[in-house]
Amino acid sequence: MRRSRVREMPILRVIARALVPLILLFGLYVQFHGDFGPGGGFQAGVIFAAGLIVYALIFGREALQRVMPTILTERLMAAGVLLYGAVGVAAMFLGGEFLNYSALDPLTTGHYGQHLGIIVIELGVGIAVAATMMRVYYGFVNSRLASENGWAAGEGDAP
Amino acid sequence: MPGLTDHFVVLEVVLPLLAAPACVLIRNPRVTRLFSLGIVAACFAIAVALLIQVRGGGVISYHLGGWPPPLGIEYRVSTVNAYLLVLVTAMALVVMSFDSRGGPPRVSESRRHLYYAVFLLCVCGLLGITITGDAFNIFVFLEISSLSSYILVSLGGHRRAVMSAFHYLVMGTIGGVFFMLGVGLLYQATGTLNLREIAERLEPSLDDRGAVLALALLVVGISIKLAVFPLHHWLPNAYSFAPPKVSAFLAATATKVSFYLLATILFVIFGAPFVFGELRLHVVLMPLSILAMFLASGAAIFQTDLRRLLAYSSVAQVGYMTLGLSTANATGLAGGLVHLFNHAVMKGGLFLVVACLLHRVGAVHLDALAGVGRRMPVTCAALVIGGLSLIGVPGTVGFVSKWYLVSGVLERGWTAAAVLILLSSLLAVVYVGRVVEALYFRQPAEDHVRPGLREAPFAMLAPTWILIAAAIVFGLTTNWTYGVAAEAAGLLLQGGI
Repeated sequence: MRRSRVREMPILRVIARALVPLILLFGLYVQFHGDFGPGGGFQAGVIFAAGLIVYALIFGREALQRVMPTILTERLMAAGVLLYGAVGVAAMFLGGEFLNYSALDPLTTGHYGQHLGIIVIELGVGIAVAATMMRVYYGFVNSRLASENGWAAGEGDAP
Repeated sequence: MPGLTDHFVVLEVVLPLLAAPACVLIRNPRVTRLFSLGIVAACFAIAVALLIQVRGGGVISYHLGGWPPPLGIEYRVSTVNAYLLVLVTAMALVVMSFDSRGGPPRVSESRRHLYYAVFLLCVCGLLGITITGDAFNIFVFLEISSLSSYILVSLGGHRRAVMSAFHYLVMGTIGGVFFMLGVGLLYQATGTLNLREIAERLEPSLDDRGAVLALALLVVGISIKLAVFPLHHWLPNAYSFAPPKVSAFLAATATKVSFYLLATILFVIFGAPFVFGELRLHVVLMPLSILAMFLASGAAIFQTDLRRLLAYSSVAQVGYMTLGLSTANATGLAGGLVHLFNHAVMKGGLFLVVACLLHRVGAVHLDALAGVGRRMPVTCAALVIGGLSLIGVPGTVGFVSKWYLVSGVLERGWTAAAVLILLSSLLAVVYVGRVVEALYFRQPAEDHVRPGLREAPFAMLAPTWILIAAAIVFGLTTNWTYGVAAEAAGLLLQGGI
């Protein structure tokens, strides 16, 4: 099988092992540096998920699914959106309009509240996007497994 | 410090928006069902409260994130959209409480929470389009409601449901792109996305190619979503292969919200003097509406499946609404607006009857329905009353709509169009008559005899009859529906929302 030979290529395995942590770290950098420079939750989520998907491509889907089961990706998708919305609702309870971050910090002039609000909602975006990317990847892999019955039953290991 | 009631405007959208992911986390099918029912009921209560607050010319403006317009997104409620909010949430509540053992048949127990999440997102999108006063925000909510309705349509048990959902997706996306291009041109011309601000800054004239192009793109884009006659091809398949509950909801709300959007763009942003005075849009819109009334009703006559018959009838009914719009006078526009509510009530009720029949009989071909009227008298009586309302028999909501439409058309001086409205009702007599004939006067064929056929369960009949009863109640007392619609029409004609 061509696919399994790709997995056994030592260069790929070594480089992937070295690069994946860096990709994840870069994802976190883009996430939390988003309010000072280019970046933000969406890009960060895509980078983070791409790192994990590269890992799954080289070391097998099961390896990734041990850490990130399908059900967890679905929960994280929802949790990310809820985190975003919760910031808006919290602002509402603190006396501002929906998503008025200034209300999150009623003591100072409001810039700190804006800063805090944007960091948390971007975190929500990042979580939701990363989880959605992974869920889409699982979706593709599983539908391939289902359509290629003989291969799935014979070889066992998914790409 | 604003109280809870000041946040009603935004809660109307935020509640279903956040309840959808919450459903995904809850997962338990029974709990999610009750939870989403509660959320929809809360939205309905809020919508009613908002309508009461803005009756008589009041306006509520809410600045998202505390950013005042034109910089920030403004949610703005007046009689026009509060009326739509009540309609959408009421229909969502009735359809949600309609119990066909939870979700549609294709959705397994373990995935049912996702069905409720998608349904709530659809409600959220429709409410968002209606409530927001920001052009780009409209596009976002248009996509939320469209994407979720494609999913809902694809859940119908038939294999062709997926195909018709895909067809709907392609057409809906084309409509969305046209709308987006139109918004882009408006932004280029005025430098703002706030609807009222655009209306103030835009001085459309026939020489201004950008404005005319923007209007053309917006009208075509929304016409696809509204299923205006030559752009309606996605609708019959989508409505007949979707789960009947979903058809009931979409037929009663999705096209109605698109109609509101079209009316806002024509009357508020571009203004009636330009659209109907200079550009003479009614020269196109009026004939298309009349063609829809005749050709779609004609197509409905030849359908053998009850769902397709009702779907084609929906295309014809959209024709009545756009005809009301093209008169551009207070009576006609109010007739079109009151028909939004009236058609939603009767078509929603009729599709719920279809769901009842499908549950007991298993098929809704006219052959399969032969003689069912004697076995399921309560269900079929609802179908007959709904059908009479489609024809426009006095005492039903259909009559009220047609009365004001004909008055508006006559006021405009289109005598021929008034005659054609009445003639098209005769076509409705034929297609409704075919159903009644099958239900009551035909003997069931040999292979369709069902000895154990019983009335539909109460949990399904009650919501159905609420809508059918509303079709009679609001056919007898029009103060409430026509009163609000007339006020809304007055506001639209002044160009205010």
